[in-house]
Amino acid sequence: MTVFIEAAIKVAVAFVFIMLTTLVLVWAERKWVSDLQNRIGPDRAGPFGILQTLADGLKAFFKESIRPTQSIYLLYLVAPIAALIPALLIFLVIPIGAPIEIGGTTYTLQVMDLNIGLLYVLAVSSLAVYAITLAGWSSGSKYPLLGAVRASAQMISYEAAMGLALVPVVLLTSTTSIAGIVDAQQGTFGSFIPAWNIVLIPSFIIFLIAGFAETNRPPFDLVEAESEIVGYHTEYSGFAFALFFLAEYINVFNMSALTVTLFLGGWAGPVPSFLPTWIQWLVPVFWFLLKTWAFVFLFVWVRATLPRMRYDKLMTFGWKRLIPVSLAWIILCAVAIGFREFGAPWS
Amino acid sequence: MSWLSDLLGPLKGFLVPLRQIRKGPVTRKYPQVKRVKPQRFHGRHTLNRYPNGMEKCIGCELCAGVCPANCIYVRGKDNPPDNPVSPGERWGFVYEINMLRCIFCAMCVEACPTQAITMTHLFEMSVTNRDDAIYTRTELLVDRDGTPNYPPHEDSPLTNLEELRKGDGWMRATSPSGRREYEGIVAWTPSARTGELPAERGQSSGTPQVSEDADG
Repeated sequence: MTVFIEAAIKVAVAFVFIMLTTLVLVWAERKWVSDLQNRIGPDRAGPFGILQTLADGLKAFFKESIRPTQSIYLLYLVAPIAALIPALLIFLVIPIGAPIEIGGTTYTLQVMDLNIGLLYVLAVSSLAVYAITLAGWSSGSKYPLLGAVRASAQMISYEAAMGLALVPVVLLTSTTSIAGIVDAQQGTFGSFIPAWNIVLIPSFIIFLIAGFAETNRPPFDLVEAESEIVGYHTEYSGFAFALFFLAEYINVFNMSALTVTLFLGGWAGPVPSFLPTWIQWLVPVFWFLLKTWAFVFLFVWVRATLPRMRYDKLMTFGWKRLIPVSLAWIILCAVAIGFREFGAPWS
Repeated sequence: MSWLSDLLGPLKGFLVPLRQIRKGPVTRKYPQVKRVKPQRFHGRHTLNRYPNGMEKCIGCELCAGVCPANCIYVRGKDNPPDNPVSPGERWGFVYEINMLRCIFCAMCVEACPTQAITMTHLFEMSVTNRDDAIYTRTELLVDRDGTPNYPPHEDSPLTNLEELRKGDGWMRATSPSGRREYEGIVAWTPSARTGELPAERGQSSGTPQVSEDADG
């Protein structure tokens, strides 16, 4: 019974956390990108415009959701929900802090620790393609359909690169549990360099690039491409559109959190021992959030810097650059780790 | 090390947006902060007065003649001998500028022999009604102390709720002259105390009767 109560509390807290984070994230992106572009950004609603997202959300909520006459209405309604659910599900396996001990019981700051966590992340994130395909197809309009085809091709291609980029991580840490991967990164090389998986630099870079493509962020935002080529959610309005928007920003946060968890040691960081116990519990959460928001800033920074890629270049880059490089890197890593485990064959 | 600079070259571009943070925003929060206009900015016109309060306009219609956009309409009238409005023989008792036609070339300013019409730095002239874009003598004339009458719509019924509560507030808000028989100058509006009174029975009207033979 207590297991269920614990799970219910964790799910509720995680949901509220991710929603509030998204609320701040949308505002922070708009503020940051305007800082990078000599603009002011939203500053009307609340102090520094921090309530802007709330106002936009309320507006979208009360707006009419127009139903295209040619649409397949059931699928048209399901698609935004199908976009949101995988985004929320990925966050479940991300540990946002070190396990804390209250009254002899250890609670993990993670909704659930699956022993196949990494596979779960890859599986769930590929479900997002269904939402986009359904949205484009059920709209009953040709431009969303074209956008959806483009989107699914892009996301499937970069999923391959992303999955391959994670293989060296599994080889190095010899676990697929996310908590296990974080635990494996706790030590240090020598005395002060943290033993983070970022030593797998090619993997890290490939994962980051594929992450940008997976979340449909610039410079790979051909999926949305609101300014010239039309995207999959053209026919959506009101709250249904807001759900797609929400899913995109949750995905940005998830991808940053995953990058931090898999390559930058997750919540690992120095915890001063002179602090009271309850602050000591919060320090890992602080390190996790700090690293994650740094990557969120990277997403915004890249958006402010790079123009959108051409579609054929995007595909060429995915299939002819990222995937061969990650395959070669996997073999290199496997050989190196094999040498370390079993010794050189000639010795 | 050329391969290294080749490798890092594309990454240099990432510093460009970062440098913009230090520059700060170029945006001006317009309704709160207004730019200082250049000295010779061509803004809205005013009709000026002499220091003793007399109007400079002598109703000569040179401005109307020189106007390339044909947006000025002036009518002159002999000064009343006991209470003259302007130091000259005549005064412009109707003076209208259609701001929808005006191209702000300031030819009227150059043409004016008494420097009665000049341009100001005022630039906010949005209107909700085409008739409001026609600025009349009342709106163009500066106050006794020389301040331009500005902004003309600040106290108008559309922005002042107190005005709307008056008897004819809404009528004046929706039809700026306030009267159906509007013929080119703002008619007398009792609550606003602007415009000219309609003629009593037997009197000649101050309102110009626009007809073919009168204006030619």
